[in-house]
Formats: sequence, structure tokens, C-alpha cells
Amino acid sequence: MMIKSMAEYAANGETPEVLFWVGCAGSFDQRAQKITKAFAQILDKVGVQFAILGKEEMCTGDPARRSGNEFLFQMMAYNNIQTMNAYGVKKIVTACPHCFNVLKNEYPALGGDYEVIHHTTFLQQLINDGRIRLKEGGEFKGKRITYHDSCYLGRGNNIYEAPREVLQALDVELVEMKRCRTNGLCCGAGGAQMFKEEEAGSTRVNFERSEEALETGANIIAANCPFCTTMLTDGVKNKEKEDSVMVLDIAEMVAKSLA
Amino acid sequence: MHLVQQILFILCAGVSVYFFSKKVGEIRRNIKLGKDENLTDNPSARWRNMILMALGQQKMFKKPIPALLHLAVYAGFVIINVEILEIFLDGILGQHRLFAPMLGSLYAYLIGFFEVLAALVLIACVIFLIRRNVLKVKRLNQRELDGWPRNDANLILVTEVVLMSLFLIMNTADQVLQSRGAEHYTLTEPFWITSNFTGMFAGLSDGALVAIERGGWWLHIIGVFLFLNYLPYSKHLHIVLAFPNAYYTRLRPQGEMANMKEIQNEVLYMMQPELAPTADGSQPAQQRFGARDVMDLSWKNLLDAYSCTECGRCTSACPANTTGKKLSPRKIMMDTRDRLEEVGKNISVNKTFVDDGKSLVHDYISVEELRACTTCQACVEACPVGIEPLSIINQLRRYLVMEESNSPQEWNLMFGNVENNMAPWKFSPDERDKWAEEMVNS
Repeated sequence: MMIKSMAEYAANGETPEVLFWVGCAGSFDQRAQKITKAFAQILDKVGVQFAILGKEEMCTGDPARRSGNEFLFQMMAYNNIQTMNAYGVKKIVTACPHCFNVLKNEYPALGGDYEVIHHTTFLQQLINDGRIRLKEGGEFKGKRITYHDSCYLGRGNNIYEAPREVLQALDVELVEMKRCRTNGLCCGAGGAQMFKEEEAGSTRVNFERSEEALETGANIIAANCPFCTTMLTDGVKNKEKEDSVMVLDIAEMVAKSLA
Repeated sequence: MHLVQQILFILCAGVSVYFFSKKVGEIRRNIKLGKDENLTDNPSARWRNMILMALGQQKMFKKPIPALLHLAVYAGFVIINVEILEIFLDGILGQHRLFAPMLGSLYAYLIGFFEVLAALVLIACVIFLIRRNVLKVKRLNQRELDGWPRNDANLILVTEVVLMSLFLIMNTADQVLQSRGAEHYTLTEPFWITSNFTGMFAGLSDGALVAIERGGWWLHIIGVFLFLNYLPYSKHLHIVLAFPNAYYTRLRPQGEMANMKEIQNEVLYMMQPELAPTADGSQPAQQRFGARDVMDLSWKNLLDAYSCTECGRCTSACPANTTGKKLSPRKIMMDTRDRLEEVGKNISVNKTFVDDGKSLVHDYISVEELRACTTCQACVEACPVGIEPLSIINQLRRYLVMEESNSPQEWNLMFGNVENNMAPWKFSPDERDKWAEEMVNS
């Protein structure tokens, strides 16, 4: 399949339906690349006209801003907004809740006003509109699955139901962790923790969260964030459960279930 | 005799209101030390928050048992204060049970209802004391509560128990006196609870009963005056400040971090110098980036600090704290209030703030605490009165990184990567769409 960039659309005088904001994890991290590819494959299969920024995309500045480096954040935001405004971007979909939060809530004050949607919400809409058609009795049907709310999709932006509705559409047996929805426990990566060693403590945040997920007896931990996916995968490995329990992004689950 | 009591009462009331207003004025001044932040938009949403969060205690009900007990104490406190109005007027006018003749038989129902509430408050406070001191509920026994905060909490609960007991004892003695037709004691219908205990006092003389009733009355009202003056020094101030705090709480999504307009402009003028204002010498003085001390925070952060009742719902939800890190969002709020009080005293003594060589960051809140935050917003979500510990953490982090260049080596590497490779990792920007090329070939 061909994935076109905004520049290619613009060269043909065309505008795509939506810009797929891939994000740094989705672009470079080997595990997250699989999520990116799965999501792109879904968009392609159902015929959503989408573009990426390609080499013109830059870090949104989220880890810089959360760690306190506002100057660097503003530099990144300035450049990204210049690029997107030049292309006349109207609608953005992204598979990273950190990018989602910054693009949706923090760029408007800086002159970047777009309709921003997280990929789980987008998938739910495509399913509801009948554009995504799922296999009868797909591979996740009846599987015991728990869902991890990421902080920036859940508490940050009050999106709790869309990802769960997608899972329901896959006919899974959804089991909730003790701390879910507004009480959901962080995976430990946010606030630029992903990029540094954890402070001294009795355990790691991702170990604590993964243990909670494993306690549900689920075979699959469904996530919506590339950083959560990494943290939870490490936590599952720490308990030596990686052979029986998988950590998957919701997009990967949908991609495997397409009719 | 009555005149002496009347004069004494008015004197007590005057002194207590004077000192209370003085302290309230200081707190107001301290909160105004914070930076301006306009939070007057969307009044209907703000009233709604105040009614649901403060009046309706909506967020408390995430933990139903403490919520019900707290509701009993809260309802008791608010409603029994109607009775304080009568006690207050009785005191000034030298009357006894001023409202009784006006309300007729309704009066006994009203007092009966107050007695039920008083009994509920008493029971709830005893349970709270047990939870704190016997069951040792974790969030009520963490290390930041050692010393004064723990004593403060117990003192309030014990005071409540004493005040409610005095109220009930006073009513019991009153009814025995009523039944004996003692002069001055207006005959009312039996009160719901205390009328069952009049047998306790049956053997006592009229004189002893008057002493008990008057003693109860005086101790109760003096207790109330002392409590009023204790309030502004205590975590218990939340009973007042929860209301404005809920009104002014954030309306924007919790994930959104406050923008720094000054840095936005600096970057804009750097990228597009033609937009920069011409230097005419009127440029504002160099501002501080982020917050080093309480004066650098917004007034809402400072109101938050005074509104915190140290319940620890934030800390028990904090992923850093529950995994043994030093960070505790509750401690962030307690430290902010302690430092603000210290700054306030400095100003009261010196007329203006004289540098004491201390700051909120380092002297109160350590770098290690600030570094442990994952910005997950669980603390903000957990707070029943709309306090945002995360807002303070974020501003202190900004100061550390931008003013002190104080960040862990890994973050410095990440900053370098973002700046040079446009990604937090050391990958070539040319490889950003490599995954897409791989898909073409697949």
C-alpha cells in the first residue's frame, strides 16, 4: 500500500479527509511502529483518505513541556503549527494520547486550531458508521481482556467509553481492573518519566499496574497509548507472563479482526 | 446576674470576632500575594461546580463510608449553626430560648432534629477518631502528618465531640428544670433525644442543674468562639474555603497545562523578528520562569493550599506515592500553605517581604519529590474540593529546568534529541516515515 504525505496531496491540489499524526513513538519505536502500521492498514482497508506529515512531523513538545522545558515546547509547537497551517489541516487523528492532548488542548492557544480525534474514538466511529466491518467470531471473541485507561485519554480528556465500545464490538469478555476509568492507575511513563530512571521507591509504577492487570486473569491487556504498551509489556515480562499474556493496542486488535 | 452574663457574653463575642476578622484579613492578603489569574469566565458552570462539589459533596461519594460519616458531620455543623443563632441572640439579649414562644410546638421538633444531628455528629467523630488512631487508615497516617497535622485533626474531632456533648447535656438539664417549673426556663415540649435522659439528673438540686445548664451553655458558646478562632490556623478551614475553591476550580480539560504567554512570545519574536515590539525602554522587567516561591504561584494555587484539609485522597491515588516515592501531592499543598504562612508572618512583622533566604522549592519541596510526578492527574481527579497539586508541581518543575538548569542527565539528552532530531530519542529525522516505506514493500 502507498501512504501519501501532506506534501504529495498538496502537490496534486488535493486535501485528504484526515491527517494521521503518527508521533515519535509511532514513528521510531519498533513496538509502536506495529501499532502505526495496524492503524494505517485499517484506514487503507476502509478507504479513509489520509495523509501523514512524514519527515515534516516533529515532536509535539509534550515531554519537554511536562518536564518543565517550556521554551523547547514552544519551539516545537511553533514549527508544527506553521507546517500544519500552511497545509490548511482541519482534522487530525493520532494513536498517541499525549500527542492528542497537546494538539487538542494546548495548540489552540498558540494558533493551531484543529479538530483532533484519538484513534480509539475514530475506530469506534468507523465501526458505528459501518465503514469498518468486523469478522464474525474473530480471534478475540470471548477472550478475557482487560483495558488500561491511559491518563491523557481518560482523566485528561474524559474519554473512557469509546475504547471500551470498540472492544465490545470485538465480542471480547471485558474484565475491569480494580482501578479503572477516573481511578485508573498510571503506567508510569507520563510527565517525561519515560525518558528517565524512576525515582527511588518500593516498586516501579509499571510493575504495580501490570500486576493489577494480571490479577484480572486476562490473556490480553488492551491499551491505547504506545508508552503504556511499552511499560505494561515490561511489567508483564517482569512477572514472566509474556508467554501467556499479550499487551496489544486496540488498533492492532481491530486490524486482526477486519472482515 | 443576668446583666453580668450579658456583658461578659458581648465582650467574648466582640473579642472573638475581632481576632477572627484580623486573621481572615491576613489570609486574604496572603492569597493575594499570588499572581493574577482570571477565573471569572462561565459563571453558570462555576456555580454548578460549587453546588455539586462543595454543597453536594459529589466527589466525596467515591468512598461511600467516609462520605456518609462526613455528610452527617457537615449537615450537623451547618444546621446546628441555626441553633447557634438562637444561643447568640439569647446571649446578647439576656433571654433564654428566645425562639421557643415564637415557634410554639414546632420549636421542640426543631431542637429535637438538632439533637439527632448532634448525636450523629458525635458518633461520626468518634468513628473518625477510631479510623485515625486505632484502625490507622493508611492515608490518615502517612509521614507528612507527623506532629502538628495529626494533632490538629484529633483536636478538631475531640472539640466536636465535646461541643456536641455539651449541647446535649445542656438540653437535658434544661428539661429537668422545665419540668420543675424553674423560673426563667421556658416550658417546651420534650426534645427527642435528651428527654430520655432526664432521669440522670433527677436527683440533683435546682441550683446544681442551673449550674450544669449554664455551665453547658457557656462552655458551648466559648467553645464555639475558640473554634472560630482556631479555624484559620487549622486544616479545618476547608469548611469555609471549599465553597470559593470549588467555584474557581478548573473548567478546562485536566490534561491541559497552562500556557506561558511570555515564552510563546519570545519564541515568536525569535522566529519572526518583524513581529517583536520595538524596544522603547517600556519592556516589562525580567520575569521569573516557573515558580520558585509562593509569590510566583497563582492566587488560585494559594487558595488551594488554604482549602486543603489534608484528607490524603490525592496521595492515596498518586502512582508515585503508592509505589514508595517521596512525592505526596498532599504534602505539596501542606508545604505551600506552611511557606505562605511563613511569608505572611514576615510581611506582618516587616511591613513588606524581607528576603529570608528560603524558598518553596528546596527548603520545603525537594527536587526528588518533583521529579517523581508522572502528571497523571490522579491527585486533581481525587480532590473533593477541586484542588490542583499538579499545577504547583508543574510550575516548580518549570523553575528548576528553566532557571536552575536543574534536570537529570537523561532529560538533558532528551531535550537535545528533541531540539536536534525533532524526537525525544536519537533517531535521524529522515527515518521518521521509514515505517511507511516498509508498508509499500509489504
